[in-house]
Amino acid sequence: MQGRNPLIYVALWLLLSLLTLFPIYWLFIISVKPAVDLFTTPSLFLDVIYWKNYVNVLGNETLRGYMLNSMIISSGNAVLVTVLAFMACYALSRFDLAGKENIFFWTITNRMAPAAVFLLPFFLLFTQIITFGDWKLYDTKIGMILLYCTFNLPFAIWTLRPTIDGIPKELDEAATVDGASTWQVIYEVIFPLARPGLAVTLILTWVFAWNEFLLAATLTSFNARTITTGLSEYVTTTGTEWGAMAAIAVITLIPALIIFAVVQRHIVAGLTFGAVKE
Amino acid sequence: MRSNTVGWLMLAPTIAILGIFGIIPFIYVLYVAFHQWNPFGASSEMIYNGANNFRRLVFDAEFLTSVAFTMKFAFFAVLSEIALGYLLAQLFMREFPGRGFFRTIHTLPLIVAPIVVGSVWRLMTTPSIGIIPYLLRSWFGYDLNIGRDATTAFALTVIMDIWHWTPLVTLTLLAALLALPKEPFEQAQIDGANRRQIFWHVTLPMIRPAILATVFIRLMDALRTVDEVWMLTSGGPGAATRYVGLHIWKIVFPKTDYGYGAAISVIVLYLTLVMCWLLYVALVARRERKRTF
Repeated sequence: MQGRNPLIYVALWLLLSLLTLFPIYWLFIISVKPAVDLFTTPSLFLDVIYWKNYVNVLGNETLRGYMLNSMIISSGNAVLVTVLAFMACYALSRFDLAGKENIFFWTITNRMAPAAVFLLPFFLLFTQIITFGDWKLYDTKIGMILLYCTFNLPFAIWTLRPTIDGIPKELDEAATVDGASTWQVIYEVIFPLARPGLAVTLILTWVFAWNEFLLAATLTSFNARTITTGLSEYVTTTGTEWGAMAAIAVITLIPALIIFAVVQRHIVAGLTFGAVKE
Repeated sequence: MRSNTVGWLMLAPTIAILGIFGIIPFIYVLYVAFHQWNPFGASSEMIYNGANNFRRLVFDAEFLTSVAFTMKFAFFAVLSEIALGYLLAQLFMREFPGRGFFRTIHTLPLIVAPIVVGSVWRLMTTPSIGIIPYLLRSWFGYDLNIGRDATTAFALTVIMDIWHWTPLVTLTLLAALLALPKEPFEQAQIDGANRRQIFWHVTLPMIRPAILATVFIRLMDALRTVDEVWMLTSGGPGAATRYVGLHIWKIVFPKTDYGYGAAISVIVLYLTLVMCWLLYVALVARRERKRTF
């Protein structure tokens, strides 16, 4: 555990980073090449950077709208999922509920459904079953936020539960003895200790919702259209506009990257606050 | 003790949402699975045909090979991701300059949408224009051709999956490692345990739930992978990378044989379920027994 020179780790990570970054670097390279150059002999570096793809994409009002939709849907979904999963995991971990292990297992089965076939029932649910007068879930942000719970909520519950289980029960018992209510136990004992796990859950569910493609492509048309769907519009029957597609892809990486960088710090903060100490 | 009503109330929203968006569609798919239905065909009527769809898939060689390929793919991908992810999570537990920075870098593949991942890997590996075949040829004289060689195509889908999803494993295991109490480790060290003993008797039992959860998530996602593999290989060459998700896709979309697709989906769902359930019982039952001591 100790005694190894930290520089060895730096060197190792530099090497690993090259492997990790290469496909992303290549995505960037594709995005700054004119279409004709894509199909010539590849080279690792570029002499000329061609920004036109970015200008086109950023100048496109529809795409900007899609990006805003994506932002609202994935943030809404991530917050909703993390709150619900935190509550569910607390209940599963601290209460003696009948059949709770079966409920726990049942949640994950919602992530197992092969998407291709479930699209049609979702479509019916969105256009015919859940309707209130003229209002229906189809092409609404709230619909997508709720729908993404089907694969994100099980994920969140399953990744968060070990963290909550890992917080010693003696801590809440001690707090209860000191006169804390259930709410105070959750807020003042469990929440701070579970923060690293919560941060991981929050970013990952955000990213999964941000990247989802199939459901968004089927269940939205304009008002809730997301950017991954916009991106796929560049894959057409007459050929793929790789440059524009890569440019959108690079742009969509940026908010995710910012969120990662911000939340990353909370995970590290969790390192000092979150270490469970008696 | 505290009232269990609070516990149920905390679970209620989760059960409600998953109930509506999980159970209703599932019942619908189950219903369709017992019918012959081609909603976009000449006759769009739903005709009840009993268990014919299920009988048909037992003799569907394409389906059976796609299941075999999917299992192989899931096995190699998930095993490598767990091993590699654990190692990397441990590396991130050490103190070294730039740790936060490298952690962000390492997490980057996760934020790339699957459809983009597949596209980029395809552009990088297509024989005539890809940078990887080009470099392999000019540096090592090795001819990489995923359009022709089934094994290479298969390996490449596994490598792409490892590239994309190892960061997820690293993150979940890192969160678990960070949440561990320090005392058992200090105690073990005082007792003179070596690294291997600490791993097997202290770390592993404590993070087993996290590993289990991660294996589950990765396994079921690997079993239903569609967009990435579709973009990279389109299921080829031949049917070497036509994983079961893709197979269903092809039946439902170009062929619009919805009843049969539903039947396959139900079976795949059950296969996944049974596999995960067995894993769960084997591993969790063991943990619960240990706890009673």
